Amino acid sequence: MKILVALKQVPDTETKIKVAADGRSLDPADVKWITSPYDEYALEEAIRIKEGKGAEVVALSVGGDAAKDVLKNALALGADSAVLLRGDGQGDAFAVAQMIAAYARDKGYDLILCGNKGLGGDNAAMGPMLAELLGVAQANVIVKLELGDGTFKAEREIESGSEIVEGALPAVITAQKGLNEPRYASLKGIMAAKKKTIEELDAAPATAGALISALALPPERPAGRKLEGDSAAQAQALIQALKNEAKVF
Amino acid sequence: MILVFCELKDGQLRKPSAEALSEGRRLADAAGKPLGALFAGASCAGSAEAAKYGADVILTAEAPTLASYSSDAYATVLADAVKAKGATVLLAAATAVGKDVIPRAAARLGAGYASDVTALSMVDGKLQAVRPVYAGKAFATTSFASAVQVATTRPNVFPAAEKAGAGATEALAAPAGDFKSVVKEILAKASGKVDLSEANVIVSGGRGMKDGANFKILEDLADAIGGVVGASRAAVDAGWGLPHSMQVGQTGKVVSPTLYIACGISGAIQHIAGMSGSKYIVAINKDSEAPIFKLADYGIVGDLFEVVPELTKAAKALGIGSN
Repeated sequence: MKILVALKQVPDTETKIKVAADGRSLDPADVKWITSPYDEYALEEAIRIKEGKGAEVVALSVGGDAAKDVLKNALALGADSAVLLRGDGQGDAFAVAQMIAAYARDKGYDLILCGNKGLGGDNAAMGPMLAELLGVAQANVIVKLELGDGTFKAEREIESGSEIVEGALPAVITAQKGLNEPRYASLKGIMAAKKKTIEELDAAPATAGALISALALPPERPAGRKLEGDSAAQAQALIQALKNEAKVF
Repeated sequence: MILVFCELKDGQLRKPSAEALSEGRRLADAAGKPLGALFAGASCAGSAEAAKYGADVILTAEAPTLASYSSDAYATVLADAVKAKGATVLLAAATAVGKDVIPRAAARLGAGYASDVTALSMVDGKLQAVRPVYAGKAFATTSFASAVQVATTRPNVFPAAEKAGAGATEALAAPAGDFKSVVKEILAKASGKVDLSEANVIVSGGRGMKDGANFKILEDLADAIGGVVGASRAAVDAGWGLPHSMQVGQTGKVVSPTLYIACGISGAIQHIAGMSGSKYIVAINKDSEAPIFKLADYGIVGDLFEVVPELTKAAKALGIGSN
């Protein structure tokens, strides 16, 4: 079985967002870059499948030199090899899906795993777009995955609980928190990863679908007020304020 | 045509779909184009309701093969309808199904896609979207490079406004079968309550709750004011047995309720990112310096284990019901 895991480098969740001088992108100064947490669940699942039934796991990222950190980490965690597609991995999801599809097509992957969304961009679009471009099955926001003989069974999170999706491999499966508990890299893994090389290719040309023309910070919320008194008085004051001022009830 | 993919639940138009339709109507008026509502399923009974929210035409793909949701089958229905009608804009609510099928349909149409948008407008005849990025720490104005423009609307943001449309009906062909994936079973969660992403009122607990069992007092308050219970990442990761589906924040659910009550939540940046789109925020925390108070419209510095039950009592005394 051949598994491709697509990983995206994203700003850490503690990042305070600043808008760059161009007015439409993130100011990269002081940003700590990490692997998107949902992609970590995807990678962990691939490694568990490899450990269980055996598989070749290829880690892939789209980006520049900095994205190599994500791939080095993936190799340390147990990916067999890594591919960097040189291109704009932070841009439009449709363009990134085209780049990955152009690479993955005809390489015989049985399973492509990635996060259900890239943290930050929050598009939740690359996975299903990739599935469509490759003409394969998809299952998104997955908290449980079982593989059969050329088939998959996945539990997917929905509003009212979850649902079971069944389909044929090859498939693109996007991971949700709860799928597994990602491991930490072992010293042995980190040492072994140092001996592995990252294959570097130019990403195939892609057509963007959606473009960001402006990036802005949300407006400041007006100052609120503190409610005084003992607990009962505070509770009374709040309920009254919500009813009469905010008219929530 | 502006086309809106709509969902039915128990034969009724889902509220997020009504919101998307209303926004579609507004855009159709701005662009001088007709509004189409698109339904798919084994039965589309109830689809006539779309006329209440301005649909000029109601398109239905009705077939036994569509009884269970299938990403690729539904994507085929959507993409074929866009092509057949020459639609330039495809919208849907950013629900579990919407977020699953719409990007797939967009890719088939070679169209740009803006997900989970909070504002839409027509600028020089083209769609422009505003969407939260970095879980609401910033907002991106998005334009489209493609002829067909696709977006999903965040639930609870756009008003569902009634405006009668002609509601002429038209049946569409449905795909025959042999789909790549299909939903086999739906596992309902025990509570049967609405999802956090669609909730109008959320009562959330953080590290200050001290234990999962203490969330009972939040449940009681939520029941009294017609809300659902959420949790911070700190609470979900504390090993208190809270499911991750309760998590509000950048790595959990991004929510936009009318009222968000944060109990024992200090206000870590990744939590604030997930709930700062709430209309009214209440913070209850014993630490008067907690960052959450900077965001709160109403703050209570106090012991949540005393304040929350008092709130439940006060709400019940006033007979505040469900939303």
